[in-house]
Amino acid sequence: MSTEILSAPIDIAQIRADFPILDIQIRNKALVYLDNAASTQKPKQVLDAEMRYYTTQYSNIHRGVHYLSQIGTDLYEKVRRQIGQFIGAKHEHEIIFTKGTTNAINLVSYSWSSAFLKPGDEVVITGMEHHSNIVPWQMACERHGAILKVIPLQEDGTISLEDAANIIGPKTKMLSVVYVSNALGTVNPVRELIALAHAQGAHVLLDAAQAIHHMPIDVQELDCEFLAFSGHKIYGPTGIGILYGKEDVLNAMPPFEGGGDMIKDVSFEKTTYNDLPFKFEAGTPNIAGVIGLGAAIEYVENLGLENIHAHEAALLAYATKQISQIEGIRIYGTAPEKTSVLSFLLGSAHPYDVGVILDNLGIAIRTGHHCTQPIMDKYGIPGTCRASFAVYNTKEEVDVLIAGIKRAAKMLL
Amino acid sequence: MDCNSINEIQDQIIEDFEMFEDWADKYEFLIELGKTLPPMDEAHKTEENRIHGCQSKVWLHAHMADDKLTFDADSDAFITKGIVGLLVKILSGHTPKEIAEADLYFLKGIGLQEHLSPTRANGLTSMVKQMKTYGLAFDSKNTLNPR
Repeated sequence: MSTEILSAPIDIAQIRADFPILDIQIRNKALVYLDNAASTQKPKQVLDAEMRYYTTQYSNIHRGVHYLSQIGTDLYEKVRRQIGQFIGAKHEHEIIFTKGTTNAINLVSYSWSSAFLKPGDEVVITGMEHHSNIVPWQMACERHGAILKVIPLQEDGTISLEDAANIIGPKTKMLSVVYVSNALGTVNPVRELIALAHAQGAHVLLDAAQAIHHMPIDVQELDCEFLAFSGHKIYGPTGIGILYGKEDVLNAMPPFEGGGDMIKDVSFEKTTYNDLPFKFEAGTPNIAGVIGLGAAIEYVENLGLENIHAHEAALLAYATKQISQIEGIRIYGTAPEKTSVLSFLLGSAHPYDVGVILDNLGIAIRTGHHCTQPIMDKYGIPGTCRASFAVYNTKEEVDVLIAGIKRAAKMLL
Repeated sequence: MDCNSINEIQDQIIEDFEMFEDWADKYEFLIELGKTLPPMDEAHKTEENRIHGCQSKVWLHAHMADDKLTFDADSDAFITKGIVGLLVKILSGHTPKEIAEADLYFLKGIGLQEHLSPTRANGLTSMVKQMKTYGLAFDSKNTLNPR
């Protein structure tokens, strides 16, 4: 496959060579992987880092006096520092390793709520949240007698700041909001939302799962209390994620899980807890995942998030233009500011049918409700087809997608 | 059709599919089948008869007459509906015992077994399970509504 560079000063052919999986064939056809919003593929730098760790550096970390344990601990803690710098945290102990974004949100919704949420308080989310940022808060509100309020989704897939200002009020204690919608690609006006929440004395959690690999993020500049993201969406391993939290807020929260590493002293009468960040990291962590994530973030930083963004934006613009010329296409999510997510329906065709046909052509997209049923309910549809682009995708792959959709139209409509 | 056994019908379907040269022909046939299946009686398209798959919806209704179990089914996706149609064609009109004990090998035979994977989330796996549950329930002479 030729690899035309759209606009970014990065060499896409060279990038593609870093991702071994992109060379595989699906049903005798070259893989066209456009399911990046669900998960991105991994470059060999990430695979090598994990392999190196397991083959030459592996043992359990923290408290080990032996050589390997010290190497492992150093590598692990180095990644914490690296991530702290990557997102502009003030202190490295504000970086908590989790299993992923969902786990990070559950940590906050459980632990933060125990310390801060009282009966009658309000938690505010938006109408475009992933189920992972709805259900944990429903559970927390139920436990603490609080009320969940929703800033409504508008037709174009955005929320209005006027609605937000009306809903975020003196009773609001938490605004937990998605930075970028996984189903629609909408980039939310998080700075304005954070200002609205802070004006009411509320804390803010940003679900940055769909933002972290598309745009530079500085948590001190954003001034959010929490930010969560997953490793596997930023070209890193699965099963590892990050929770950033402001030091004072994290210190005011009780531990989430109990176990090893999170304690200072244990007796049957009284256990004292460890300091940040270990207070929130019970049990042997996903050490290899952390090391892989470190390699992934180094990879992304070497490419430059601005360059990645420029390439993806060019792909989205091209794909949007091409797909719009197909009769019967309806695009969901037409916000002025979007990441590289193209959610659509083809005439009356069910997204499942479109997905099956594209799969037979070697094209991987995602179909269904994308874990955002309230968005689908808002549009009155069962789901959408979603193509999402990453740094290694090409204009030629968009052409293959467009041809595939035309083929599906011929078969289904 | 009633006089043919479940396996005879399956063999016939496998033979029918052998004439298709590539995946697209096969799917076009399935989609056509899905499009042309008579729609399910709206009265039976109830939430109770709905089988929960994550993506495409499937409805299944069963009734007994003359010791034979008859199915009526539908889906909102054509490919799923096409396979639903094949399943109804194969199992409908047989005794509950035959249905409960049926070995559904035709999907593998026509190269569409991935649609019956439990991870596919299209409701088909649950539908087959439900059809067999009806078979078991009626076979054990449970005349009450098995659901």
